[in-house]
Amino acid sequence: MNAPVLSRRLFLASSTAVGGGLLLSFDIGSEAQAAGRATLSAYLKVSPDGKATIASKIPEVGQGMRTALPMIIAEELDVAWEDVVVEQALADTKVYGRQVAGGSMATTLEWDGMRRVGAAGRWMLIQAAAGRLNVPSSELSTQPGRVVHASGRELSYGELAQAAAAIAPPDPKTLTLKDPKAFRIIGKSHVQTDNEAIVTGKPLFGIDVRLPGMVYATFLKAPTYAAKVAAADLAAAKAVKGVREAFVVEGGAALDGLLPGVAVVADSWWAARRGRNALEVTWADHPTSAQSTASLAAKAAEFAKGPPQRTARADGDVPAALKGAAKIVEAAYDYPFIAHAPLEPQNCTAHVKDGKVEIWAPTQNPEPGRALVAKTLNVPPENVTIHLIRCGGGFGRRLVNDYMVEAAFIASKVDAPVQLIWTREDDIQHDFYRPGGWHNFTAGLDAKGDLVAWRDHFVSFGEGETFVRSGGMNSSQFPAGAVANYQHDVSVMPLGIPTGPLRAPGNNAFGFVIQSFTDEVALAAKTDPVEFRRKLLGQPRLIGPPDQNDSFHTGRMRGVLDLVAEKSGWGRKLPKGSGLGVACHFSHLGYVAVVMEVSVAEGKVKVEKAWVAADVGRQIINPTGADHQVQGSILDAIGSTLHQKITFENGAAVESNFGDFPLLRMSEAPPIEVHYLLSDNRPTGLGEPVLPPAPAALCNAIFAATGKRIRSLPVGDQLA
Amino acid sequence: MAYTLTVNGSAHTVDTEPSTPLLWVLRDLLDLVGTKYGCGVAQCGACTVHLDGVPVRACVTPVSRVGTKAVTTIEGIAANPVGAKVQEAWKSLDVPQCGYCQAGQIMSATALLVATPKPTDAQIDAAMDGNLCRCATYPRIRKAIKSASGQAEA
Repeated sequence: MNAPVLSRRLFLASSTAVGGGLLLSFDIGSEAQAAGRATLSAYLKVSPDGKATIASKIPEVGQGMRTALPMIIAEELDVAWEDVVVEQALADTKVYGRQVAGGSMATTLEWDGMRRVGAAGRWMLIQAAAGRLNVPSSELSTQPGRVVHASGRELSYGELAQAAAAIAPPDPKTLTLKDPKAFRIIGKSHVQTDNEAIVTGKPLFGIDVRLPGMVYATFLKAPTYAAKVAAADLAAAKAVKGVREAFVVEGGAALDGLLPGVAVVADSWWAARRGRNALEVTWADHPTSAQSTASLAAKAAEFAKGPPQRTARADGDVPAALKGAAKIVEAAYDYPFIAHAPLEPQNCTAHVKDGKVEIWAPTQNPEPGRALVAKTLNVPPENVTIHLIRCGGGFGRRLVNDYMVEAAFIASKVDAPVQLIWTREDDIQHDFYRPGGWHNFTAGLDAKGDLVAWRDHFVSFGEGETFVRSGGMNSSQFPAGAVANYQHDVSVMPLGIPTGPLRAPGNNAFGFVIQSFTDEVALAAKTDPVEFRRKLLGQPRLIGPPDQNDSFHTGRMRGVLDLVAEKSGWGRKLPKGSGLGVACHFSHLGYVAVVMEVSVAEGKVKVEKAWVAADVGRQIINPTGADHQVQGSILDAIGSTLHQKITFENGAAVESNFGDFPLLRMSEAPPIEVHYLLSDNRPTGLGEPVLPPAPAALCNAIFAATGKRIRSLPVGDQLA
Repeated sequence: MAYTLTVNGSAHTVDTEPSTPLLWVLRDLLDLVGTKYGCGVAQCGACTVHLDGVPVRACVTPVSRVGTKAVTTIEGIAANPVGAKVQEAWKSLDVPQCGYCQAGQIMSATALLVATPKPTDAQIDAAMDGNLCRCATYPRIRKAIKSASGQAEA
């Protein structure tokens, strides 16, 4: 192996690939991290047949990274996309660095490094050609898949691959990257690499995994989270034909660990399911079994009346500014718990043998799963192998690996590989929910209609200064920094319900409340909602320190706001019962403005059309994938805003399947016009930032159409 | 009970309870995993297969009710020229995101186009409303159905 070259972000090493050709191994991460790794197995392989094999290290959940990241490497390597083969890497952050499908961070973190990996491969192939042709490398250039000399002589990458393997990799920092104007792959739509397998029904997903001798499992847990098994009669379950075993799992109290329950293992999943139906289980009382949506709301209402537990941020003097204000606007907003409901129910296949655990998991975040399995089964983490399987949707649900530890634990009691599949009811009732929340707003306007004070008393869940998972709120949400007097108050109550990140965590709710209330304030100021936002954004400037992920550039937001206003024909007259609504929100480094047009008839909302303007930097890598994320985010938001809520009674979820927890259907999906504002900023992710402004754009449009202000989600039958 | 089913043109005999849903016969007994489990209560359409060309939800179709009807799954839909066209449109227009629901979508879309070769938007909505897509690829599904039917996108 040639001497590795270290740079701040990229760590490269080259060697001869098995079967011949160039193997360029790389890591993208910190130098310290990279130096601590034994091997570099994230790789680009150029084979003697000219094929470029690229390992995709990020879990694929439908966000398209299995296609987009290899595209970046292929571009700089200068190889035809048809000659690229994508392989899924194993889960191993010791080797691959960050392997998370979450936070819309893959593009942001990998863009520069992946370009340099491809460019390094190209550079080595050129050096090899220079040697073979005995010409200076400065006289060589590349065309897709070949190195070309000024004289017209050329060598294919396949012919050069073996020789290139003997060349020391370059210092990535010194490489010249392509002029974006010369891009052949980046910026052009490339369909997903797995499309053929998807449309022909090939085994791709977790529930499609098949292993010799594999058995199937179901796992019944208490409706109240973490309640223990008081008594279980397993005889009837064991009598079901095909059932092999049924046993009680002691489990623990941690909501994201192995919970108590009863496992049923059978020759087929349907037999396991029938066995489970035959179980007679009595659950022990649990301290949270009195918890309900009504009791949480009552507590929140008490908080709203009193002083907050703490003030997280106070700029200027809000009480004084409100006293001097010409007009005061007050409104209380709330949103419910909601479930992720990826269409593939949670599942995992595990085989425990001789102290080793092998797992096939649809997961967005394998490493915490490995740690949890190792701890629960009392095996060293290095004895846990995790195969990353394409996820049938993630949306944040598969950042938590509860189903992984369940499968591994059940497999540890069975002498065979076990595939655990949850029912849809398990999925809806045992989610890590987007937590509900309450925002009590007060705003002050001066005589000119300018915003002079903004207060949000946020009521959420947690203890002291610690929020439950995904129940926190940063204090930098706009208009923070743009209004002289700004106060962010917080009160929290304890919660015994699992919570976790859902697509654009936090922001998916903050966008709704802040941009809806902004609309109310604009109307109170008798100012057009787009114009009011323009005034509030003011001069282009960065609010917050440079290079901090939640620092907010007012000019970038102004750009997308202006663009969406123009494209949607903002300000045009609409017939009675129809309306336009606007909202803009910053999250995950992306600036997004949305306009929706709705019509409301007989209490039913129809979204006629949506317009989106997004600024995620200077380059859209794969337009077909980008449009998917934008349109999917908008429709995701329309579905949850109109329909979705999880309610709790007796400490347990009431809703259980798509009948009472509806997803958006085709007839409700409007056309969506997507516009990208290419700004001179680094490319950033698109999986999440489009969602947060959408609920407010929808509810503001409902107000424009009907005069009814939606302050509580979902919209449901509030317009009836 | 033993049942002999014709699946994608081949006869298969399975031994199972009469109430076992066709979905689990296909997945666990015949190893045809292209048909997906999504809800188990005919709410999502991920398990859509054809019985004599008619789309049904395999998760609520007991094996005992299949009888002599020909079962077609996603693995066999390419044998139908309309199905093959739908699959092509799905690939070239890059319909899938996660892809989990798409087998069911393709089965519903094929049945629609066999019965109604040039569907209107309203007919597409009516035929496809029982198929959920959590990633919400609906705009692409609509476009792909139009494309497979030889109609330009409006």
